[in-house]
Amino acid sequence: MSEAALACALLALDPEGLKGAIVKGPADGFLASLRHLSQRKTHRIPPHIGMDRLTGSIDVAATLKSGAPVHDRGLLAESDGFLLLTSAERLSPDKAALIAAAMDHGAAFTVIAHDEGIDDERAPLILAERVAFLLDVSRFEPLDIDIAAARALLPRVEIADAITEGLCQTALALGLSSIRPAVMALRAARAAAALDGRVQVDEDDARLAASLILAPRAVTYPAPPEEEPDQPAPQDAPDPGEEDGSPIPQELADRLREAVKASLPPGLLAALEKNLRQPGSKAGAGAVSQKAGLRRGRPAGTRQGEPKNGARLALIDTLRAAAPWQPLRRRSNPIRKGVQVEKADFRIRRFKEKRETTAIFAVDASGSAALHRMAEAKGAIELLLADCYVRRDRTALIAFRGKQAEVLLPPTRSLQRAKKSLADLPGGGGTPLAAGIEQSMLVADQVRRSGGIPLVVFLTDGKANIARDGTADRAVALRDAEAAAKALRLAGFRTLMIDLSDTRTGPAAKLAEAMGADYLPLPHADASRISASVNAAMKAGA
Amino acid sequence: MSLRYPFSAIAGQDELLQALLLTAVDPLIGGLLAFGDRGTGKSTAVRALAALLPEIRATSCAYHCDPDSTSAQCDACRKAATHKLRKISIPVVDLPLGATEDRVLGSLNLERALSHGEKSFEPGLLAQANRGYLYVDEVNLLEDHIVDLLLDVAASGENVVEREGLSVRHPARIVLVGSGNPEEGELRPQLLDRFGLSVEVRTPTEVKTWVEIVKRRDAFERDPEGFTALWEKQEDQTRRRIVKARKHLNEVEVPDFILERAATLCIHLKTDGLRGQLTLMRAARALAAFEGAKHVTDDHLKRMAAPSLRHRLRRNPLDETGSTTRITRAVTEVFGA
Repeated sequence: MSEAALACALLALDPEGLKGAIVKGPADGFLASLRHLSQRKTHRIPPHIGMDRLTGSIDVAATLKSGAPVHDRGLLAESDGFLLLTSAERLSPDKAALIAAAMDHGAAFTVIAHDEGIDDERAPLILAERVAFLLDVSRFEPLDIDIAAARALLPRVEIADAITEGLCQTALALGLSSIRPAVMALRAARAAAALDGRVQVDEDDARLAASLILAPRAVTYPAPPEEEPDQPAPQDAPDPGEEDGSPIPQELADRLREAVKASLPPGLLAALEKNLRQPGSKAGAGAVSQKAGLRRGRPAGTRQGEPKNGARLALIDTLRAAAPWQPLRRRSNPIRKGVQVEKADFRIRRFKEKRETTAIFAVDASGSAALHRMAEAKGAIELLLADCYVRRDRTALIAFRGKQAEVLLPPTRSLQRAKKSLADLPGGGGTPLAAGIEQSMLVADQVRRSGGIPLVVFLTDGKANIARDGTADRAVALRDAEAAAKALRLAGFRTLMIDLSDTRTGPAAKLAEAMGADYLPLPHADASRISASVNAAMKAGA
Repeated sequence: MSLRYPFSAIAGQDELLQALLLTAVDPLIGGLLAFGDRGTGKSTAVRALAALLPEIRATSCAYHCDPDSTSAQCDACRKAATHKLRKISIPVVDLPLGATEDRVLGSLNLERALSHGEKSFEPGLLAQANRGYLYVDEVNLLEDHIVDLLLDVAASGENVVEREGLSVRHPARIVLVGSGNPEEGELRPQLLDRFGLSVEVRTPTEVKTWVEIVKRRDAFERDPEGFTALWEKQEDQTRRRIVKARKHLNEVEVPDFILERAATLCIHLKTDGLRGQLTLMRAARALAAFEGAKHVTDDHLKRMAAPSLRHRLRRNPLDETGSTTRITRAVTEVFGA
């Protein structure tokens, strides 16, 4: 029996309390099963849905037809079934915030966010925070059960204090900072008991709730419980309903923790490590900040004109323009029914695109660079960060060392996080320059696709010695790096190369030429000059 | 609209609750900023406040003007010889992130324009929030042009609309309450300064607190009516306390040496402008009023120093030391240990 199937049953049983799920992978089976079990309707919401459709506004078509304004309450107020957010990773933060606010106000709908993102793209965190389940439904096998009996049982299910306490302890041990998941774990445990035909939550229910709801949100790996002298376990058969029989909270918490550990997916440890490297961040905190400032053309009013050549008609404004003339027009043309709109009333939307610059710092943290002037490089970046802060630009940080490059900080506006990642930057190891360049290109490409302007700043001595495939071969490494640099030039990103080596004729200078970067040797540049040149580059790019 | 979680039942966020109560005692403190992790009860607290606030007398216009203060009335109320009065609860209005300028400022009333061919003003969220609270969740993600507009209104207490051939001005004395998670983007310093108080909301670290919160929340969700009824008495008590504190606010004395202390503290911390000192004084006075004291003491000042000043320190963006630590240090230095 898969976890996803159980979660599906629990959600169908208590959609109000569990609030929804974020699902990854092909979701048809999951959705069909959910619909079948719950007998509720599903309303699809694509990420490009209009804001007014969500919150409700004047129904323009009906208004034009009837001549009197017709209001539409909006999907968030109307729907009471499942709200299926397709491609949830593309949902803009403001729409996600609207949905979240509606949930906070006790909306009748249940959110199923289908996250179809790859890599770094994720469903908005603000929603992930508010739903119970974060599921991978790619191998979904529907459960063949009937939940009618369980539904009748659910309101009577009791939960012992010890179990509540155990769940809270588990949540704390996993480093959760939000209390919502703990509350929902309680609901899930109740639903699980009801599903099993009981009116008393037992340990297994709690274990299931913990592994379904708390484990996927883990920020820290639970510490092993302190070695205890073998205690006899008297709760082999805890008698439900009897206070005496309920397990001692501490032991229960330990056992829950074990259950959670067992259900942590492989590879999570690596993910956790990553989370730890960004102190204070919860799993995937980058996702929202990545899109937070994204403004692909905010509306900049309307103007008179015809909706041709892709211009969008601003219906409300058109009506508004026509409104004052209605009595006059009705007098001159009494036969025509409804609002009389004429061509001169047409208003079209204008958008102003405010493109944000994202400075991507690719830092060579290898031994050779560290030896030279890591401290100075860090100082220079700090200065630049301060500039970015003033200009409200976003920053990203990539470090390459050892055998690979990694994104320490996805594009963010939070200076605090940038600062922390920089402070924790480890040093030493080889110089996988090619990997570094490629990684920067990926991030830059992401930025550009989401409507921003990327600026890549390399800080390296250019002494590549790890090839793309991870082998330590200086010649191949240099060739790979140059190839990557050329690709970068072809992609047409603005780049700046800050040379950390002592000579102006070293490999870094050559690379700069290959990637068409502005070249700035550090020995002759003080920190303020670096920041001035980055600023100049940003202005030129904007 | 479903029932709101009772204010008194919120556990483990004492600083936030106190700050909110003080803005209710003296709206001139000028709003509140709550920054912190998700799921720590920020929005719950703000929305719960709405149910707690006492009723006020208002005129029957769209802006529910204060009948006792001509300077803060809309044009129509000022001209009217007599007012039809009504009692309303202090409004708490949510400003959703995606709100358009039209929605915030107000715009042409389409209905009247269509049916009567008349130009008339449809009041927006600012009008609704006059004399009350405007709450912006995720305030750090708010579009810049809306932020500018809020700044302007919060500073002037008046909303001026000049668009679509409309020319309207109406009072908009709002207490701006914002919440957000600083990891998702920071707030512009100009906006920061507009908030009277600021609170850093943290997740409780004690299992006991967690259990209490989870149990209460669970009880509320399962039986909203029953749970709310359970807390009604405490809610009433707090409400009465607010009303009393509001009445006594002007009688609370602020001795000169306290003002001097406050000034010394602000100079010591090098806060920008006088707004910090003014807020500190008002917050301390509101606290004194709320606690039934006759005059402001050192203790009140000490307790309000962090929430009034922590967001006004001139910040080296790369300095690691937290603002709260710096204030605690300064308080110790100024007041003696």
